[in-house]
Amino acid sequence: MNTLTRENRDADRAQTEQFIVPPSSVIEGSDGYTLEVEMPGVNKDALDISIENNELTIIGRRSLPKIEGTLIHHESRPENFRRTFELDPSIGANKISAKIEQGLVTLTLPKAEHVKPRKITVS
Amino acid sequence: MSLIRYQAPELTPWPAPDRWNTLRDELNSFFELPLWSSFPRAGQLFTGWSPALDLHQSTDNIVAVVELPGMRKEEIEISLHDGTLTISGERKRESTDGEKAERTERYVGVFRRSIALPTRVDASKVSATYHDGILIVTLPKAEEVKPKQIQVS
Repeated sequence: MNTLTRENRDADRAQTEQFIVPPSSVIEGSDGYTLEVEMPGVNKDALDISIENNELTIIGRRSLPKIEGTLIHHESRPENFRRTFELDPSIGANKISAKIEQGLVTLTLPKAEHVKPRKITVS
Repeated sequence: MSLIRYQAPELTPWPAPDRWNTLRDELNSFFELPLWSSFPRAGQLFTGWSPALDLHQSTDNIVAVVELPGMRKEEIEISLHDGTLTISGERKRESTDGEKAERTERYVGVFRRSIALPTRVDASKVSATYHDGILIVTLPKAEEVKPKQIQVS
């Protein structure tokens, strides 16, 4: 049941483009999982979410605001975001939905019907 | 009683610099282990959330750009005091009824980020926007610090 949170780090290394691994949270509810990934500077059109071989990949390309003047203090990093997750077999991959609000990607991953907790009444 | 000028004590010899360098390299290599590098912003575990902040300076403005993903506009507070810009707020956890967090890397709670501004600004003209999780605070420079051309008559 825990494979949802297992990351595929080798896949990250194989890429030549450098990505930032953004912080994320996984919350388990009774109907499924909620996955939150922080991608400041990414808007809806620059977000690319794909599932291949039961692997969920989220790539966010940043369109950073152009600011006039010289940079006198610098902490941000210019790279794009990328994070991969291995999906638990209990997740109905075709029912995943996503939204992005203020740079926070929220994915809803519902559990397939057969794995939802069920009460069986004794007759 | 005589007043004697304080003199710094003789410096005791420290280990040769290259020894320090070796130690530093070893420490650095520890943090470069795959475990640490793939764990985003490991430092936040101990210090809370310190959002990345950039500062730009042009002739008329100082502009602060802060990465604050997943906040609501109303939850961000910007204050200016004594030449220091402070951005603070609280990120609340969404309802957790019957839910359990499997893994949390996102910081939840109160944060505060301050930075000293390089010049004086006009506090009454500060403006801010928040889009795609990025806060941009524009602080117009005070009139007296703006460069001025003075014509010789």
